[in-house]
Amino acid sequence: MKLGFFLKEAVRSMRRNPAPSFAALSCVLVTTLVLGVFIPVVQATNGAANSIRGRVVVDVDLNTTATAAEVARVRHKIEHAPYVGHIEVLSKQAGYEQERKIDPQAFQLIGYNPLPEILRITPTDPARADAIQAELNQSSPAAKRLVTDSAIADVQDRQAQTDKILSATRIVKITMALLAALLVFSSILLVSNTIRLSLFSRRREVEVMKLVGATDWFIRWPFVIEGLFLGALGGVCAIGLLAVAKITLIDPLAGTVKLISQPDMIDFRLLILVLMACAIAVSAAGSGLSLRRFLRV
Amino acid sequence: MSTPGANTVVDFRAVTKRYDSGDVGLERATFAIDRQEFVFLVGATGSGKSTIMRLLIKELDPSEGIIRVAGRHLGEIDHKHVPYYRRNIGVVFQDFKLLPTRTVYDNIAYALQVTGASRKQIRSSLPDILRLTGLSTKLHNYPHQLSGGEQQRVAVARAFASHPPLLLADEPTGNLDPDTSIGIMQLLYRINRAGTTVIVATHDNELVDKMRRRVIELRRGRIIRDEATGLYAQDETTGDLAERLKRETAAEEAPRPRGGARR
Repeated sequence: MKLGFFLKEAVRSMRRNPAPSFAALSCVLVTTLVLGVFIPVVQATNGAANSIRGRVVVDVDLNTTATAAEVARVRHKIEHAPYVGHIEVLSKQAGYEQERKIDPQAFQLIGYNPLPEILRITPTDPARADAIQAELNQSSPAAKRLVTDSAIADVQDRQAQTDKILSATRIVKITMALLAALLVFSSILLVSNTIRLSLFSRRREVEVMKLVGATDWFIRWPFVIEGLFLGALGGVCAIGLLAVAKITLIDPLAGTVKLISQPDMIDFRLLILVLMACAIAVSAAGSGLSLRRFLRV
Repeated sequence: MSTPGANTVVDFRAVTKRYDSGDVGLERATFAIDRQEFVFLVGATGSGKSTIMRLLIKELDPSEGIIRVAGRHLGEIDHKHVPYYRRNIGVVFQDFKLLPTRTVYDNIAYALQVTGASRKQIRSSLPDILRLTGLSTKLHNYPHQLSGGEQQRVAVARAFASHPPLLLADEPTGNLDPDTSIGIMQLLYRINRAGTTVIVATHDNELVDKMRRRVIELRRGRIIRDEATGLYAQDETTGDLAERLKRETAAEEAPRPRGGARR
């Protein structure tokens, strides 16, 4: 009965002010939408970069034609180089099996194993990964080079790679974060403004309610519900759009684009929860702002 | 003066209300109103009638003095309990304060709804009130479709919907013609006879004379006449009045240091 009363009052007031209600709703929608894109993108780039970065290793790629004897020789030389800790041999065959799982068709087309033998070095001190790289890289100046072996094709320090990804994505991230903050801010203000208008158009009712002895929260609830409803509806619409985008655009791409299939990317169900919570929090903040400032009960 | 007994509903003890602006709304007002009494508060605009009303519904707090309603010290009611306190008081205003977008029925039911009454309770109690106020045929009309007198009847019905023991009417006939006013007064009188204490603030002396009820007269925030106690304020005897007028004219003529703030 009471809840019914509150809901009826909230709907009544939204119907009376459709324009600001719509403005607030669409702003919450856009905000949620941007956050819904922003969160997974940041998650994916951060997750991908950090997971590689976190494991500081130096990969020594041997020539694809390297024999087992050559592998043992290079390994022996490297073992005595400074800062080298653990050495792991990633065999040609194992790498082939792994890659083939990801894209069987491509490897079927190639028809042979194009991968080199890899010696993966875990440095004793993660900060010296670049030093190891310089020592082993056959193209670096001879003065720095400690190990010389014709079987070494390339030396890759992943830190350099990931730094490039991170700096490229940083700008995108900052822009999106700014945009999201701006949108959250304007959403709060728009919801707040809607509630303020609603308060204004119902000030008589509020006055009468106070006179006949309605409790403070009885007076506030319809406005709180109105704000929350606007936020929730905006959130639901945005999540609906995101779901459509996910099903039609992202899911078909997930097999081919590696970034999207990152295992540590946020789960869509969790994302829905986060977005919904955000939409409701924004609208609650908006209505709370107006109720505090303009409704003296 | 009067010693409030068990029957006292409203008890003002030396109540003073000073507004933030410096105006004095009420000055050392002392009076008591018994259960089932019908009392008129009379006086010109600004004499303190509305201040008394607003103090009674605890919209304002007194600067000094004690107000008791049904034995309860109003100063001891905290903000949270004010709504519950107000449910025991019906209030009627000069401008009706009806909700224009709701029908007569909804306007009256609204008062019950916001205090948490169930639909069933509302449905069972409304017909009586409508019959009492003579609104039974106007149920589904909106306020703008009613005459002034009818609108005020709706306001009275709303104030009385929860059968409060105390009904306050602040200039209830201020917007109405004399004939309609009498109708409203009769309605208030009927409510009074049903057991509710009624306090009516008005400056319509003719009406007050006709009703022959207890009158408390105010002037500049002071009670200058109370028929129950036989009080005729001392300060307004001829001598005092002459004294005051002399003081005021002297003040008026004296050079004013702050650019004529006082008149």
